[in-house]
Amino acid sequence: MRLLTHNMLSSNIKGVTNGFPLLIEAEKVVEKAVDFNEDFLKNMFAKIEWKALVDASKTMGYAELPDNVESSMLDSDEFLQKFHHALLELHLEEGALVCPETGRKFPVSKGIPNMLLHEDEV
Amino acid sequence: MTSRPELQAPPEIFYNDDEARKYTSSSRIIDIQAKLSERAVELLALPEDGVPRLLLDIGCGSGLSGETLTEYGHQWIGLDISESMLSIALEREVEGDLMLGDMGQGLGLRPGVIDGAISISAVQWLCNADKSSHDPRLRLKAFFGSLYRSLARGARAVLQVYPENLAQRELILGFAMRSGFSGGVVVDFPHSTKKRKEYLVLTCGPPSLSSATPKGKAEDGESCSDEESSGDEQNQSVYVADRNRPRKKQKLNKKGKGREWVMRKKEQMRRKGNTVPLDTKYTARKRKARF
Ligand SMILES: C[S@@+](CC[C@H](N)C(=O)[O-])C[C@H]1O[C@@H](n2cnc3c(N)ncnc32)[C@H](O)[C@@H]1O
Repeated sequence: MRLLTHNMLSSNIKGVTNGFPLLIEAEKVVEKAVDFNEDFLKNMFAKIEWKALVDASKTMGYAELPDNVESSMLDSDEFLQKFHHALLELHLEEGALVCPETGRKFPVSKGIPNMLLHEDEV
Repeated sequence: MTSRPELQAPPEIFYNDDEARKYTSSSRIIDIQAKLSERAVELLALPEDGVPRLLLDIGCGSGLSGETLTEYGHQWIGLDISESMLSIALEREVEGDLMLGDMGQGLGLRPGVIDGAISISAVQWLCNADKSSHDPRLRLKAFFGSLYRSLARGARAVLQVYPENLAQRELILGFAMRSGFSGGVVVDFPHSTKKRKEYLVLTCGPPSLSSATPKGKAEDGESCSDEESSGDEQNQSVYVADRNRPRKKQKLNKKGKGREWVMRKKEQMRRKGNTVPLDTKYTARKRKARF
């Protein structure tokens, strides 16, 4: 799972009012190269919760993203490269996602988070 | 015809390691799923600006449908309830992110972030109650409600489905509409039992020009739909009229198949365990032409 997906995911447990962002417990992180596409990044930028992306990438061992952003930074190639790397090239391979409200862990194995809820969580 | 997988076992059990492998190594299935996915992408009607979008593939299975999204250059997140299917997707090194999850529990996504969703041959599974805790209505409601919230305004979801019967089709469409979507059903090749395919084409937000339901494909490549639907922008399904039916078949129908034939057919269906209406004096009675 990449941080692109992490940035969209929210805990779905019954009764949870703010399930975003899921905390990351990283046991194994892998990097996979992805073709750079400027248009995609520019289009996604408005939808990204920036702080969540910065925090998540730090947990995954990448601390190059600036804490504060504005859309003018999309003109900088250096910024776009970092954004690209954090969003699309870091994979959480083993570990867990943790609901920020309840602490419930969603295990991640072979890069796939198990988001299945127990019956009493639906 | 073999019995519907949906009636055999819950999806996470039906799609076990064996079935997942069989499914994904059949060149016939690969071909069909690719065609369905291509059509679904076409019906998504994304802006033709070459910008890759973030899409969902609901019930992504072993990644056959998602691969089409990759071919079109999009990023995607796939959700499936079968670990075996997802393992095959990993083996095949699909480019989308995969999640193990149950669409009937609702999608845990932030509001308004997804540019479009496809689902190929999966949503009809929600009509079955596979556990005592399952209520198909609640599950459909959770699914469509969360799908609606996750999509950006004006974004589309195109769901290719295999409803078992009219009641299921209406159940699915009804919950889609109630959750706020506008749109309807597109039927391709309506007169061919084998090639007939249906797609729910749903637009997030109130009806507008962009949510007018596109036309289905007919056998001869021409589009077809009934009069009511063309140019109509209201929430409604497009049912394909019978007027394009090939002549040969029409003749056959005029003669009628007779009560005996219908009774035999009904008996066959019953033996297969399908729900079939009771036989009454009205069964296979001649009806007056209405239109
Ligand atoms: C016929 S396969 C289609 C897979 C893929 N979309 C394709 O085109 O090859 C149907 C898939 O729907 C999945 N499915 C069924 N019910 C589901 C549910 N409640 N949540 C998520 N996936 C489900 C099954 O596990 C299966 O992988």
